[in-house]
Amino acid sequence: MADLIHLTADALAQKLASKEVSAVEATQAYLDRIDAVDGAINAFLHVNTDEALLVAAEVDKARTDGDTLHPLAGVPIAVKDLIVTKGQPTTAGSRILEGWQSPYDATVVRKLRAAKMPILGKTNLDEFAMGSSTEHSAYGPTRNPWDLDRIPGGSGGGSAAAVAAFEAPLALGTDTGGSIRQPGAVTGTVGVKPTYGGVSRYGAIAMASSLDQIGPVSRTVLDSALLHEVIGGHDPHDSTSLTDPVGALVEAARMGQVEGMRIGVIKELQGEGYQAGVLTRFHESLELLRSAGAEIVEVSCPNFRYALGAYYLIMPSEASSNLAKYDGVRFGLRVVPEGTPTIERVMGATRAAGFGDEVKRRIILGTYALSAGYYDAYYGSAQKVRTLIQRDFAAAFEQADVLISPTAPTTAFKLGEKLDDPLAMYLNDVATIPANMAGVPGLSLPGGLADEDGLPVGIQLLAPARQDARLYRVGAVLESLLEETWGGPLLAKAPEIAGGK
Amino acid sequence: MAEINRDDVAHLARLAHIDMNDDELDRMAGELAVIVDSIKTVSEVAGDDIPATSHPIPLSNVFREDVVGETLSNEEALLGAPDNADGRFKVPAILDGE
Repeated sequence: MADLIHLTADALAQKLASKEVSAVEATQAYLDRIDAVDGAINAFLHVNTDEALLVAAEVDKARTDGDTLHPLAGVPIAVKDLIVTKGQPTTAGSRILEGWQSPYDATVVRKLRAAKMPILGKTNLDEFAMGSSTEHSAYGPTRNPWDLDRIPGGSGGGSAAAVAAFEAPLALGTDTGGSIRQPGAVTGTVGVKPTYGGVSRYGAIAMASSLDQIGPVSRTVLDSALLHEVIGGHDPHDSTSLTDPVGALVEAARMGQVEGMRIGVIKELQGEGYQAGVLTRFHESLELLRSAGAEIVEVSCPNFRYALGAYYLIMPSEASSNLAKYDGVRFGLRVVPEGTPTIERVMGATRAAGFGDEVKRRIILGTYALSAGYYDAYYGSAQKVRTLIQRDFAAAFEQADVLISPTAPTTAFKLGEKLDDPLAMYLNDVATIPANMAGVPGLSLPGGLADEDGLPVGIQLLAPARQDARLYRVGAVLESLLEETWGGPLLAKAPEIAGGK
Repeated sequence: MAEINRDDVAHLARLAHIDMNDDELDRMAGELAVIVDSIKTVSEVAGDDIPATSHPIPLSNVFREDVVGETLSNEEALLGAPDNADGRFKVPAILDGE
């Protein structure tokens, strides 16, 4: 059933609807693929075999009975292990939640269940989504299917690698500073960070609440739109959830039109620090869009240069507060030191043993930025920079309908290469962070392979808040133009995965 | 803007309830000094006339109807707890004996 796993989610959904393929066959094909290659990739922390097959069998029965089904019913999906699921463990990639099971489902998971999409399992991530390489997972790094010695991006490296390695047609990710888009870029897949509030975060374990967003991970732009429509929309369980309807995203992706659109190249997100092969592919994409009738304009966002610094104040501040709940009382690990300890000593020992280095670094940094005497200079100043970034976006969107940049400054780097240099690791997110700071939606799609290393390059599109449809409309056009030049999808060029069990 | 040193990190680790040994404190202080140094320009960017943004898309008065929704049962709430007794979370002593 090798062919089944290479179908897009859209094509698989059509074969399921026409009964050419059963949901059990499709789900089993993906479970077999996971079994064959995940020993080498380590994208999954938990494989949900029994339940996935059960749901698939329900879909097949419902279809035989002539029941009305959701268009994606029977299309399997993987879920980032930051999103809580009943009946499966949720670890957030941390020892502190090892073996913990949520007593409730995230809203997005309820929506997957309502659509009867079999959940294949939970995917690996940097601990509590803190990282750009998945190396900060307590359960070992995920490997990039293009080169097993390289990182799959992060924090959602598991979801991106699963989709790139044909272990799942679709996945859910979360994006606080680029954790959906940067893994998409370095694995040659598509990832979307919706408008802040566009997809409910109820049941997504919080890192930085003013930045976090759940979104789709897929192999094509249309597949992300299909998944986005499943998970989007208002949720009273999330007080930051927008009341707007989710919008005609699938239609925008199917229509795909750029003629007469103004596409703004962000001056500050190119040049120094960007790999030559990344820029070459980026400029080719601009030419393709121009040839399709788009007007390419240059826009300047001068305050983006402060975005990374402001982000590394806001994110740790909010994370230090959100992670205070891991105290060994209500859930997860409890470490009891020798003697007759007080709760305070239990907390200190539990958090020392349960959290990894990067999480500790960010908690300490956040505690520092929020402490008396520093609050105004750090957190307060960073929030002002946030206003300046929003103003830059507002000015840029007066000149352009959509903005474009490389998703990440480089292709996938080697495992271990930046592990001892936190600052170098943080620089990976320089192009993705501004969208989170302003709450605007962003999409990354494959832009080709860099000449110097043959690894995937990501192209990022950004739209004004609530205009997610524009990303799909432009993304679909660019994807089809690029695939014409490649003679097929980029992932067709990926090497066979060796070393699977 | 202030620098961050080893004593600061030790104090912050106590505030954050994370036990750290000497090696960890040394390493963390070195790493954090580099990070703090790189982000300190942030405090020099925006003047007093720039308002702070706490939330990218502000919403106000987010209320729901005052009706009982789905809630966890006592058993469900305790399911993931490291220890429980009599339907409650069980914790070690809150105060020192002295």
